[in-house]
Amino acid sequence: MTTYILKRILITIPLLLGITVIIFSLIHLAPGDPVTGMIDPTLGTLSAEAIAQERSRLGLDMPLPLQYAAWLGRMVRGDLGYSLVRRSPVTELIGRRIESTLQLTVSALALAVVAGVSIGIISAVKQYSWIDSLFTFLSFGAVSIPGFFLALGLIYILALNLQLLPTSGMQTLGAPPSLWDRLRHMIMPVSVLAVTMAADLVRYTRSSVLEVLGQEYLTVARAKGVRELLVVLRHGLPNALIPVITIIGLRLPALFGGSIIIEQIFHWPGIGTLNIWAVHNSDYMVLMGLNLVSAILILFANLLTDIVYAFVDPRVRYD
Amino acid sequence: MTEMKLTDAAEAPRPRRRSRRQFLRHRLAVIGTVVVLILILVAVFAPVIARKDPMYQDYSALKAPPSSEHILGTDALGRDVWARLVYASRVSLSVGFVAVSIAAVVGTTLGAVAGYYGGAVDSTIMRITDTVMCFPLLIIIITVVAMVGQSLYNIMAVIGLIAWPGICRLVRGQFLSLREQEFVTAARALGAGGGRIIWRHLLPNCIGPITVATTFGMAGTILTEASLSFLGLGVPPPQPSWGQMLTEAQKLSILAEMPWLWIPPGIMIGLTVLAVNFVGDGLRDAFDPRMQSN
Repeated sequence: MTTYILKRILITIPLLLGITVIIFSLIHLAPGDPVTGMIDPTLGTLSAEAIAQERSRLGLDMPLPLQYAAWLGRMVRGDLGYSLVRRSPVTELIGRRIESTLQLTVSALALAVVAGVSIGIISAVKQYSWIDSLFTFLSFGAVSIPGFFLALGLIYILALNLQLLPTSGMQTLGAPPSLWDRLRHMIMPVSVLAVTMAADLVRYTRSSVLEVLGQEYLTVARAKGVRELLVVLRHGLPNALIPVITIIGLRLPALFGGSIIIEQIFHWPGIGTLNIWAVHNSDYMVLMGLNLVSAILILFANLLTDIVYAFVDPRVRYD
Repeated sequence: MTEMKLTDAAEAPRPRRRSRRQFLRHRLAVIGTVVVLILILVAVFAPVIARKDPMYQDYSALKAPPSSEHILGTDALGRDVWARLVYASRVSLSVGFVAVSIAAVVGTTLGAVAGYYGGAVDSTIMRITDTVMCFPLLIIIITVVAMVGQSLYNIMAVIGLIAWPGICRLVRGQFLSLREQEFVTAARALGAGGGRIIWRHLLPNCIGPITVATTFGMAGTILTEASLSFLGLGVPPPQPSWGQMLTEAQKLSILAEMPWLWIPPGIMIGLTVLAVNFVGDGLRDAFDPRMQSN
């Protein structure tokens, strides 16, 4: 087990370097002088001489590979450069907003897994029943409807016409912050964000459970007189749900990407709205910082997924 | 034993015909195909079907609700929503198709090379693939589009050049299992080079899975284009695209008072993606030997 985890961590290192190489290249390909985004704007307007000094202090007059090394060193220490428009460090901008994005994505992830897996199991156990056809059709519809259309439709119906939920934001302005208020603001964005992933999980869970249910060891269990419910729950599900873990890991990037649109529509103050703002203001250092942070988050989430997988499926460890 | 196999093979219908029959039996896939064909016709004959110029601004009918003059009403600039909806199908379909084609070519090439040659080539390509897969598609696409500028061709290229890892992994997996088979050893013994074996012997055996993945991929590229345009980072105005037609509906006043503006394009995106997904599902069943009922 330890060897497997160590091996898995070793594979992560080249990926981490790959991510930073891509970001570093993008910074240098971005329009304008990338250097300006690396110098602290709070130093004020610098003379040409002072800029040259900063350049050499940051190692920006060195050949590219050495520049990369210097840049990587600053990354490791948490220096993602500076936002020219906001005049503040990128790390600070992202750090201030990442919590609300995680609140959104993690809730959506939990909702998607619980709803998707349980619906998938029901579909499989009741194969070819009307409820199975309904869920199959709905999951096809759910992966096809764009999230922003669903979001606008929900706002139109639930917020504007029925006035059940607030249209946007994280909390009611002026009202004392309360858990109930926060939950009411989260219902729509979290559900919309969860829908696509849940639909995917329904389909994978269904086919995975069906595959396991047809296997001989379950026939043996039935022949021994184990009740059908126990056959499914005790003998079938543990094996059927293992591959679903991989799917959860694979869909994380889409969840993160989807949160941009959802945050934009619901005015959720997370890194998604920061991302759109940065695009419209051509703030490239913020964009690169966001790419780097989300790629690294996903990389570690995948690492975690693989380790969990190895815990529940011993076969993986001996490969 | 051998004899039995021979008679089985003789009695079974030819694989291609069998696949076609399997596909036609998938009712939703047939409906999906018909919808896609209709959409293609709409895109091709847009000028006839739209009846109006999608760019023309009718100042006597700003924000007009549906009427006999404007069957889906007009937008804030007095442009005919129906005409824009019809012309927008061109953008969605062409961006979706070209982007997924680019992704398929890049993914298949890299996957084939990795799977056939194996070793260091394989691990290098796969590490690159894994690295690209760490980036949330939408976030990296937005960044690159912001850098290279918005235009129809840039959008196609950027989506295509970033969305290939899925197909690459698939083709590599297929090649890994195929290259161990005897017909490949036979071809190699006859002196065939790597390029020839990949192109003539291995690739034709993967056409099924590649077609299925490309079809599902197209559903994805259409959605990506729609999302980009919705965020105002896709095809630049005044050229209409479905996603972009929904952008305005972010304003609550428009969302509440002009449903004719945003509901039709939303339905069109959903319908198109759903149809393409159904076609993909039908193709998957058709190409999957396990699904062949006798």
